[in-house]
Amino acid sequence: MKYWISVAVLLIVAFAAALSGVNEYFFYAGYIVLTFVVLATAWNILGGYAGYVNFGTGAFFGFGSYAAVVLFKALGAPLIVQIAAGAAIGAALGFGVGIMTLRLRGIFFAIATVAILFIAETLMVNWRYVGGATGLQLLRPEATAPFGSYTRMLFVVMTLLAVIAVSVARYIQTSWIGRGLRAIRDSEEAAECSGVPTLRLKLIACVVSGALMGAAGAPMPMYLSFIEPASSFSLNWGVSALAMPMIGGTGHWIGPVIGALLLGSVQQIVTVTISNEINVLVVGVLLVLFVVLAPDGVIGLFKRWTRSSR
Amino acid sequence: MIFSFDLLFEAVLFGVLLGCFYAAVSIGLSVSFGLLDVPHVAHPALMVLGSYCTFIVAGWGLDPIVAGVVLMPVFFVLGVLIYRFYYETFEKRGTEAGVRGLAFFFGLAFIIEVGLILVFGVDQRTVQAPYIGSSLALGEYRLPYRMLVAFGVALCLTVVLTLYLSKTFTGRAIKAVAQDEPALRLMGANPVRIKQWAFGIATGVSALAGAMLIIVGPVEPALDRLYIGRTFCVVVLAGLGSMTGTLGAGLILGISESIVLMMFGASWAPAVAFGLLLVVLGIRPQGLFGR
Amino acid sequence: MDALLQVKQVSKHFGGFTALSEVSIDIAPGERFGLIGPNGSGKTTLINCISGLLRNEGGEIVFEGRKITRLAPFQRTRLGIARSFQVPRPFHTMSVLENLLVPSAYVAHLKDSEGEARGMEILKSIGLADKAQAFASQLSQVELRKLELARAMAAKPRLLISDEAMAGLSGSEVDEILKILFDLNEKGITIVMIEHIMQAVMRFSQRVVCLDAGRIICEGTPASIVKNADVQKAYLGA
Repeated sequence: MKYWISVAVLLIVAFAAALSGVNEYFFYAGYIVLTFVVLATAWNILGGYAGYVNFGTGAFFGFGSYAAVVLFKALGAPLIVQIAAGAAIGAALGFGVGIMTLRLRGIFFAIATVAILFIAETLMVNWRYVGGATGLQLLRPEATAPFGSYTRMLFVVMTLLAVIAVSVARYIQTSWIGRGLRAIRDSEEAAECSGVPTLRLKLIACVVSGALMGAAGAPMPMYLSFIEPASSFSLNWGVSALAMPMIGGTGHWIGPVIGALLLGSVQQIVTVTISNEINVLVVGVLLVLFVVLAPDGVIGLFKRWTRSSR
Repeated sequence: MIFSFDLLFEAVLFGVLLGCFYAAVSIGLSVSFGLLDVPHVAHPALMVLGSYCTFIVAGWGLDPIVAGVVLMPVFFVLGVLIYRFYYETFEKRGTEAGVRGLAFFFGLAFIIEVGLILVFGVDQRTVQAPYIGSSLALGEYRLPYRMLVAFGVALCLTVVLTLYLSKTFTGRAIKAVAQDEPALRLMGANPVRIKQWAFGIATGVSALAGAMLIIVGPVEPALDRLYIGRTFCVVVLAGLGSMTGTLGAGLILGISESIVLMMFGASWAPAVAFGLLLVVLGIRPQGLFGR
Repeated sequence: MDALLQVKQVSKHFGGFTALSEVSIDIAPGERFGLIGPNGSGKTTLINCISGLLRNEGGEIVFEGRKITRLAPFQRTRLGIARSFQVPRPFHTMSVLENLLVPSAYVAHLKDSEGEARGMEILKSIGLADKAQAFASQLSQVELRKLELARAMAAKPRLLISDEAMAGLSGSEVDEILKILFDLNEKGITIVMIEHIMQAVMRFSQRVVCLDAGRIICEGTPASIVKNADVQKAYLGA
């Protein structure tokens, strides 16, 4: 119950902020951080809970973006339809990759996700309808009242998506599905011999994860007024979506949120004040540092700190 | 789409050279991932690092291949250190190692890539050598010399490494540790030392692979991303643990890529490795010759 | 009486290596069955084929009259076959009691509250009740083995396969594990015990089969097995 009250408060605050006179840049940057909350949470459902690492977050995210663009260009579809399409494509891709590789060891799944990423980029590069390698400029629709700008509206939409993503992750974690996934991560063979339908559960996690990533990708073209394959299908999305839960903590749904808020904000600051390359370097270094020194992430550090100060 | 038997033959010829090159750049991964089970997604990044080091050393006046050979012992040491670190931090603990090990190498690959961007910038780098730039004319077909050189080096490398693993004592110990570590331990050998040595060799070989890479074409820091596809495709297609299979798998990839390049152009060629990888994973994940 | 488990001419190869060669065994309901053999003879491979972690290439496996050769491991567990692992594989991020909740939920389909109650009963019956909230890293060897058995018990099995549960344990610890297995058998659970500790196999089994290099070389009562020349040769060499 506490959770849902907090969610309601959060949504109200986000809505109110969007209507207020807060600096436009806040929403511009906030949208990206919220996107990362969704991506990190989605990643963690398969990576943290079940132990299957996805390097190709960009593929799901990018396909969501392109699905939205196609629907917008062909049918003038409204944002909500674009998001639904993104989720559907992400889910389908998750199922496809999953059914092919989740039977195999974790590293094969991980490499397959990189393969999907590159193939996706190659396909879009060669598709004239969406602009090929140079991409497409997009004209945003008029900002809908009561929001002063389209970016502000997207900010609220992404807040809602983030809430949905975290709620889904929370449900999975605390349900019987979550226990099964944890058993799979701890010892897949023992789980299978304890009656856990491992392939089925992994597929569920992969499909849900993919759907959320695809949904997060859908509003991105509207946000940028632009889409192109290289940045949509970049491996950089993958390293961030992986680093954030690992930094925040993979065992609990709050971990990816913490990781995304922390790392996402750091990324915004570094990209603007220093450079994009240093930004990626920071992500890489922090990832390695946490993986080596603080494997349970910020949550783990917090637990250790509270235990020792008692 | 262009098609003619002449072009097809030339593409196949080029593909054989390319394929042997792919086999050589993948053979390090064949050892580190195929035999030692290390989730070494940073293998291509280390190879690109080797390319840039070759670039520097060749800039001092050495032939690039010689530069690559000179770098091998340096990279050997680097490999030993990396494996040691990986083992102490992840493999020893066992349990959570899978996810964290993968994440570690992923992060390492990014750090190397960005490090290279910061030092060298994003522009492409090339090396100069008498065999780079001209081609051998065989009747109507032109075979670039640089590809022939890479082919030659690659062939030697693959043969030497395969012989090493099957004929020498250490080599066979490496293969043994892949198959039955407890048995090896019982025989008095230290598996960690052997794996360390093997990983060092794999990384040393990557230095030479990097030299060949920059001979074959210009390099840029992000090249490692594309080569994740090519190297893992070769290793998985060959089957984990099969050295000779690497050559065959490399040829399959090289010829496929070359034909696609000829028929559909450069914008489709990069996807061949990744596509082939997916097909193998889907239909026959143990590869063609795997254990 | 119809056999509970029928292993019919099962074969398994790994590349060029033959791990099992046309192995046939019938296990009667309620039986206490021992499986012995030197290291590398194929005992664990056979268990993996029965539990489904490996697919046998030749032959069939029939459980309660039903062919299970094509079924996934989790389906076989749900039909009533449970096993423990030679090297314990606890769910290390879960407490001892939570470990039991996994089979409770996925095989017995119990809600958590019922699963916990039943789990505590199981833990009490084997002497692990005071470790219910402990984690695997805090358990001793014998406690880990007991957890393996407890987890198998939580799956409400009709057939329980114990894979070298007593390896490396002291005399009194072996007795503890034996008692657990005897108690289970009294409740009607058929038990297949794989062991190297001969005195345990002799005390426990009604019938024993000896494997060597993937083949059955001898079958009979414990007393007759021990005297068998082939068995002695297999263990001690020519």
